[in-house]
Amino acid sequence: MSLTVNGLQVYYRTLKGEVKALDGVSFSVRDGEILGLAGESGCGKTTLGKSLIRMDGRMRHAGGTVELDGERLPIADDARMNPYRFHKVSLIPQYSMSAMNPTRKIGKMVGELLRSRGVKLDRADLEARLAQVELPREVLDRYPIELSGGMKQRMVMVISTLLNPSLLVADEITSALDVSTQKAVARALAGFRDTGFVKSMIFITHDISLTYQIADSIMIMYAGKLAEKAPARTIVTAPRHPYTRMLIDSLPEVGVRYGDKKLSGIPGSPPSLLDPPTGCRFRDRCPLAFDKCAEEPPALEVEPDHFVACWKA
Amino acid sequence: MLRLDGVTKVYKVGAFGGKTMTAVDRVSFDVGIGEVVSLIGESGSGKSTIGRMILGLVPSTAGSITFDGVAVKPGKAYYRNVQGVFQDPFSSYNPVFKADRVFQMIRQEYFPGVADWDERVEAALAAVRLSPGQVLHKFPHQLSGGQLQRLLIARALLLDIKLLVADEITSMLDASTRIDVLNLLADLKSRGLGVLYITHDLSLGNYLAERTVVLRRGAVVEMGLTDLVFGGPLHPYTRQLLSAVPRLHAAWEDADPVDTCLYHDKGGSGGLLEAEPGHFVACAALPGCRGAAVSPASPSG
Repeated sequence: MSLTVNGLQVYYRTLKGEVKALDGVSFSVRDGEILGLAGESGCGKTTLGKSLIRMDGRMRHAGGTVELDGERLPIADDARMNPYRFHKVSLIPQYSMSAMNPTRKIGKMVGELLRSRGVKLDRADLEARLAQVELPREVLDRYPIELSGGMKQRMVMVISTLLNPSLLVADEITSALDVSTQKAVARALAGFRDTGFVKSMIFITHDISLTYQIADSIMIMYAGKLAEKAPARTIVTAPRHPYTRMLIDSLPEVGVRYGDKKLSGIPGSPPSLLDPPTGCRFRDRCPLAFDKCAEEPPALEVEPDHFVACWKA
Repeated sequence: MLRLDGVTKVYKVGAFGGKTMTAVDRVSFDVGIGEVVSLIGESGSGKSTIGRMILGLVPSTAGSITFDGVAVKPGKAYYRNVQGVFQDPFSSYNPVFKADRVFQMIRQEYFPGVADWDERVEAALAAVRLSPGQVLHKFPHQLSGGQLQRLLIARALLLDIKLLVADEITSMLDASTRIDVLNLLADLKSRGLGVLYITHDLSLGNYLAERTVVLRRGAVVEMGLTDLVFGGPLHPYTRQLLSAVPRLHAAWEDADPVDTCLYHDKGGSGGLLEAEPGHFVACAALPGCRGAAVSPASPSG
């Protein structure tokens, strides 16, 4: 197991009290696995990604452990976490477009970045990696503003993985891109895993169809909790959690027309995480809810590698 | 109802406006009563510019836009018939005021002496499936993105419009609520509303529209009945777009490599070729392009 997360709880401090954005999530990612993380906005997927790298001032680690390659990550301690960042865990942020220093040529910026980590720039290695994502080596002599959105995204991917981290967290990196660029970026990401630049990856997105293209397994979150985690094919073809089922049924696909097949959304909205309800958090919107749902369903392994947090699964 | 004929938009760029950039290049199509037409293109394809020209927010450089046979002139009378809803529902509202102020403002502007105003508001809210108690007298931050977006559609309905320009209206919404807004548009269509649905998401455009217009670099590359365009795409660009759409039950397949469109390299005349009834394509010169079989196209190169 590359990454093991156990009962992770991360709360946000706000004026109104603590928002329980991540409330007891457990899962693991194998070596060489790409885990797709999907859910509605506010389900805690970005919080999970961030807490593996760096908690900002508003976030509080309220419980649970994170182990990477058998070593426990001090995620709550910003200073002690520093040696792990970039070397062991790395992140491609949601707004890669603005992740690069606009006043430096890209090659120079990469050199400075590596020096700050005590590593010398291996130019040949860097160029090989650029070739992998189909960027010309000339980008190193350009300023970030001279690159298109998709190129910037791929450049940041290369920078993030220069030290061959064990775990890469990619947060919504394709949301701002056009479909064809999206495909190139997602494929390059899977290529990084195949060539061993990163061991395992968490791919965060709200787009299940896109996750399905590159992920080995998919984890669906709802209101700070794990709803379902299974191999990608199982999530799409045989989901067990009613939320997953409704989410997948609400996705329009090329070839599906309003006249032929009317899709429906999920009525209602997710609960406030300031004071989350007891029991199953999907209860209010769930058509299958019954008395037992007042009790919180545990995430059980219903078949190998298939975890579902639902009493009816 | 709405008709675009050779519409072109040229922007002046550069420090002194010395250079020009053609954002929209001789685009012609029409939207009928009770018809949803989706306008599909990637970023920079000019799809939003077309929407803004129809709404009279930016002037066109050449060509004509007519509504019911009359040239579009932005003003009160025109906006009684045509309204737009945009991508970001959160920035469409003034956060200082309550969200239903958008209704009061059209009341002041268009219906000063109307007695049954509250009933009208309720009917419009019912049409977008919102209950008045849920949304009235609330501030924008108290409502969800889907609710705000539907309030804007309700506002447009109060005016009894004939055409709605919907520019990426679902791209900021979650998957679970997005489809509700789409279904709503489809229902309104059956009441006679014409919709120009501008999107970059092919599956959403496909779900809703009878006719599809695919744009690339400001020009129409393919248009026609949605079934024909999506079922048998002719232009290599459309095929490439379709193959890049992530699907739920099938893995990505590789499209045929896309050559630059010879039609555009030659500076095509802006005309489209009718490959089959109701299916137009802008390229007939590429090898393997099925459009070539329909008409003896000029030999390429």
